[in-house]
Amino acid sequence: MRGRAVIAGVGHTRYGKHPGRERIDLIVEAARNAVADAGIEKDSLDGVLVKMANSAPSILYGQKVAEALGLRPRVGGALDQGGAANIALISYAAMAIEAGLMEMALICYGDTPRSGSRAVYHRPRGDDAVYGWYATAAGYAMIHQAYKQRYTPPDTHFGAVAVQTRANGLENPAGHLRQALSMEAYLESRLLIDPLRRDDCCLVSDGGAAVIVTSAERARALGLTQAVPILGFGQGQESWDVHLRPDLTHTMAEVSADTAYRMAGVGPEDIDVAQLYDCFTVTVLQTMEDYGLAPRGQAGAFALAEGIGPEGALPLNTSGGLLSESGTPGLQLVIEGTRQMRGDARLQVRDPKTCIVSNQGGSMHTHATLILGQPT
Amino acid sequence: MIPHPEITEVNRAYWEGLAEGRLQFQRCSACDTAWLPPRAACPACLAPEPGWAVSSGQGRLVSWVVYRQAYADHLKERLPYNVAIVELDEGPRLLTNIIDSAEGEGFAVGARVSLALEEEEGLWLARFRLADREASS
Repeated sequence: MRGRAVIAGVGHTRYGKHPGRERIDLIVEAARNAVADAGIEKDSLDGVLVKMANSAPSILYGQKVAEALGLRPRVGGALDQGGAANIALISYAAMAIEAGLMEMALICYGDTPRSGSRAVYHRPRGDDAVYGWYATAAGYAMIHQAYKQRYTPPDTHFGAVAVQTRANGLENPAGHLRQALSMEAYLESRLLIDPLRRDDCCLVSDGGAAVIVTSAERARALGLTQAVPILGFGQGQESWDVHLRPDLTHTMAEVSADTAYRMAGVGPEDIDVAQLYDCFTVTVLQTMEDYGLAPRGQAGAFALAEGIGPEGALPLNTSGGLLSESGTPGLQLVIEGTRQMRGDARLQVRDPKTCIVSNQGGSMHTHATLILGQPT
Repeated sequence: MIPHPEITEVNRAYWEGLAEGRLQFQRCSACDTAWLPPRAACPACLAPEPGWAVSSGQGRLVSWVVYRQAYADHLKERLPYNVAIVELDEGPRLLTNIIDSAEGEGFAVGARVSLALEEEEGLWLARFRLADREASS
């Protein structure tokens, strides 16, 4: 599948607060921007694949979105994998296009947990709620604790991720939280679910995002010279809930990345820029290690010593990630990866050849990986 | 009000056992896999009708967190409180609270813990305490 499909266009709304806006309106705005970015006719879209809205799962959601877009697609529907779903949908689109089921697909997401209800992120966790087990963040606090106990890193290892992504987000005009964070301020930030500090946790944002996937062949025929080739993709799923997982410091992200590396014919040493799902800082350290981008237990030391800024050894989350650009789950990372490959990112890394993007969901339950190359 | 679990045919024996002073887990009669929480079938070999076994109540700490923010009104007065993962000596794992140590004083991965059943609003809960604390008290 290497290079058979491309990302032909990307679009999104401003991220942050959109009081009074409907989720699907945000998707329509993002789609309008993606269609304009690709330079295609809206009606040439014959696939509409939607990541289920975290704050309001519903039946036949993909069809409601297609209706709002005025499309009668050949392939459509909605997927729930938590935050891994966007890259999963991009990979399913690539395969369905290859198989001839459709020619050009919109992959999209929109949600309003900031202005609407964030109850989903604070919810009681099944029968274990009797012990006070509440909130999405708690599962990540367990993983953060396990990582700390196993490798005994200083807190600055986690802070390195928060400080750099916040610095990147400062430069992003569409970003939700444009506020620099010093290491001192990180270390002093309030503990929510110990050992998680407030600044370890991503934003809760309203916003919509969309990308357009088609075949490399069709992109060439349409003269879409900025189409970014999809070199590889993969997935991996943990299934076991956090407390039942045999090893909290090692996830199926490794399998997801290995699958994508194999398809792309590249390895971790070939990655020039990475957009890693930073719902929590430990997720980034863990993903760097599962992806082979840093030795086990040393992702934070690597970040501090080698640099993860735009000029560093491994530029990370160059538009600010979930910690600063938008807490929306994952598509913004694909969009920024696409821009880095096209060379039109705001904090542009110098001539990157290969970008890896991670999406993940639940409490690191689901993982999906995308590897992008330069337009040819 | 704590959110009481929904009692089903699958988990009834678990909660009734706690009320009678026993922490039970399920064991597959076909492949001997042991687990919690209760399920209708073995997650290893999918055999139905698992049996129940009584735990010794001894186990070890796997990981833990300390809530310093309340995500529901009834939890405000409990702050700070811990939630911990315990692995029983028989293998199954569960989420629980470690009592007498709200903020995690003395916690370590692998620390020995023992069952300390507690009743709250008519519901018996499988809480634990650090084993060395039990010996010294």
